[in-house]
Amino acid sequence: MESLTNKKKVLEAKPLNFWERAYLPAIAQGLSITIKHFFKKPVTIRYPEEKREFSENYRGLHSLKRDEEGRERCTACGLCALSCPAEAITMIAGERQPGEEKLYREEKYAAVYEINMLRCIFCGLCEEACPKEAIYLDGDIVPSDFLRKDFIYGKDKLVEAPLNQ
Amino acid sequence: MSLFYFVAFLSVFFSLLVIFSKNPVHSVLYLILTFFTFTIHYFLLNAQFLGIVNFIVYMGAILVLFLYTLMLMNLNTETEPVKSNLLKIIGVIGGGCLLVTLIASLKISGNTEPVILRDPNLGLVKNLGKVLFHQFLLPFEVSSILLLSAMVGAVLLAKKES
Amino acid sequence: MELALVLEKFILVAIIFGISLVTAMYSTYAERKVAAFLQDRVGPNRAGPFGIFQPMADGAKMFMKEEIIPTQSSGLLFIVGPSLAILTACIGSAVIPWGQKLTIGSRVIDLQVTDINVGILYIFGVVSLGVYGIMIGGWASNNKYSLLGAIRAASQNISYEIAMGLSIIALLMLTGTLSLRQIAEQQHGFWSNGWFTWNVFRQPLGFIIFIICAFAETNRSPFDLPECETELVGGYHTEYSSMKLGFYLFAEYINMFISSAVMATLYFGGFNFPFMHHLGLSENLVTILGVVALFIKIIFFIFFFMWVRWTIPRFRYDQLMDLGWKVLIPLAIANIVLTGVFATIFK
Repeated sequence: MESLTNKKKVLEAKPLNFWERAYLPAIAQGLSITIKHFFKKPVTIRYPEEKREFSENYRGLHSLKRDEEGRERCTACGLCALSCPAEAITMIAGERQPGEEKLYREEKYAAVYEINMLRCIFCGLCEEACPKEAIYLDGDIVPSDFLRKDFIYGKDKLVEAPLNQ
Repeated sequence: MSLFYFVAFLSVFFSLLVIFSKNPVHSVLYLILTFFTFTIHYFLLNAQFLGIVNFIVYMGAILVLFLYTLMLMNLNTETEPVKSNLLKIIGVIGGGCLLVTLIASLKISGNTEPVILRDPNLGLVKNLGKVLFHQFLLPFEVSSILLLSAMVGAVLLAKKES
Repeated sequence: MELALVLEKFILVAIIFGISLVTAMYSTYAERKVAAFLQDRVGPNRAGPFGIFQPMADGAKMFMKEEIIPTQSSGLLFIVGPSLAILTACIGSAVIPWGQKLTIGSRVIDLQVTDINVGILYIFGVVSLGVYGIMIGGWASNNKYSLLGAIRAASQNISYEIAMGLSIIALLMLTGTLSLRQIAEQQHGFWSNGWFTWNVFRQPLGFIIFIICAFAETNRSPFDLPECETELVGGYHTEYSSMKLGFYLFAEYINMFISSAVMATLYFGGFNFPFMHHLGLSENLVTILGVVALFIKIIFFIFFFMWVRWTIPRFRYDQLMDLGWKVLIPLAIANIVLTGVFATIFK
C-alpha cells in the first residue's frame, strides 16, 4: 500500500563485510563506549542526604495551616473530605469552648483530622476545595514506614508548628 | 606401598558401587571417583602425563557426556524395564565366564617376573613424547588417522539431518 | 621432606588461599562498582566509606539466611554440588608462579606452591572438573530449570575446552615446556632480540581464542547461559539459598581470578615487568615488584571480565555453539599451522 506519510524508511540488509562478520571491531567499539561512561560523573542524586529541587507547584505532604495569630484555620466544614477522590480524609468536628479562642479561629474546629497517606493520590483537590485556606500540600515526600496504621496521619503530624516556638 | 593399597582398595570399592547403586546417575558419579583413583595410580607410578590426560579426557570430558545423557534420560526405578529370569541367568553365566577368564589370566601373570621399570622418568612428558615420536611413530600416526576418520564420520552424520 | 619446607609451603598455600578468597570477595564489590560506573551510577556506598565493607555485609547476610534444601532434591548431592564448585575453583592456584625466588637469609623461597612439569595440563584438568559442581548441583535440585542450566554448562565447557586446548598447543610449540614457571621465565623482561618477549606478541590470535574460551569456561557474560535468568529463572542455582548459593557465586569469582592469573602468566609475562633488571634494584625487591606486577595484570583482567560483561549482551545458545565449533576450533587449528610454519622459518 502507498504510505500516506513520507516517514517510511526502506532499509536494505546489506551482507556484512569481513570486519563486520569478525565481530571483534564491533566489540572494541562497544567497549570504548562503555569505558567513556566509566569516567563520566554519575547522575545519581543520593536521596536522603541530597534532595532534588522540587518545582514551585509540587504537591507533597499536607499541612494544616495556622493564621497570623497562630490559631488553627480549619473549621471542619468537610469540603476537603467531600472533594477527595480517594476518600483519604476523615474528620470529627468539635465545638470551641470559651477560653480556646487563642487555639482555633472559628467556633467549630476539627477535633480529629486524619489523612490516610496510602489512599491519598496527592491530586491537590482538598487544597482547591478549602474555603479557609487551611490545607496545603506544601510538604515533603511521605516517609516510608513498616505498618499500615502508621500511614494514617493525625493532627499531631499534620498541623503546622505553633508560632513563636 | 600402603598408599598404593589404600588407593587400590578405593578403586575396587568405588567400582563395586558403580555396579550396585540403583540410580544410574549415582553410578556415573562413582565411576568418576573410580577414574580419579586411577589418576592417583598413574601419579604413584610417576606417569604424570598419562595421569593428567586420564584426568582431563576421561573425568573431564567423557564422563561429563555420560552424566549429561543420563541426566537427560531421567532414569529411575519406575522406568526400569522388568528383566526376565532367562536374561538374569544368561547374565550370571556371562559374568561368571568373564570372572573365570580374569582369574585364570591373573594366575598366569602371577608366575611371570614382576615388571621393572628401567627408566622411572619414562612417564614425564618429555620422555613420553620422545618415545611416541621415535619408537612408536607409525602406530601413533595410525591412531591419529583413526580419530580423524571418526571425526569425519561424526561431521557427516551431523550434516545429513539438515 | 624437611619440616621447614612443609611449613613454608603451608604458609604459602594459606596466603594464596586467603588472597583468592579476599580477591573473590572484593570482586563482588568491584563488579557492582564497575557496573555502576559504566552505567553512570554510584554503586554500593552505604557500608563504610565508598561501601568498602559491602562484601562483609553480603557475606554476613549469606550466612544468616535460611538454609533451604528442597524435599525432592537428592540430599547429599545437593550439598556436594556447591562444595565441589568451590573446591575446584580453589585448587587451580597451586601451579601458578606468583613470583620469582625470594631470598630470606640463607633460605630461598619459591613463590609457587608446586612446579609440576605438566602445569598447564593440571589447570586444564581442574577447569574440566569445575563443571561437575554445576552439573551435580543442577541435577540434585530436581528442578527442570536447574537441570537445563547444568546441561548448558556441561556442553558449553566441553565445547570451549577443545578450542582452548588447541590455542594452548600453539603456545606450547613456541615455549617447548608445560611448566608454568618456565613459561613465565621465558618471557623475561619485556624486549629482547628485537622483539617483545611476552607471548601475547608472538601469539596474538591464540590469545584472542584463549580469552574468549576463558569467558566461556568461567560462565561469564556474554557466555553466562547456564545462569541465564531470562530463560532459566536462575539457571543451575535456582534452588539454592544461603551460603550454598554464596559458594556458587564465590566459585565464579575465584575462577575469574585464577583464569586471569593464568592468562597473565601464559601471555602477559607473569611476574615479569619491563626493565626489571636495568633499574639496579636488589633481587628481593625485583621479586616483590614482580608479584605486584602480576597482581596489576590480574586486576586488569578481572576488570576486563567485568567491562565486557556490562558491554556485550548475552549470546543465544546456538550462536554460542556455532562460535565454539565453527569459528574458534578451525581458527585454533589454523593458528597451530601458522605457528608451525613461522617456527620453522624463524628458527
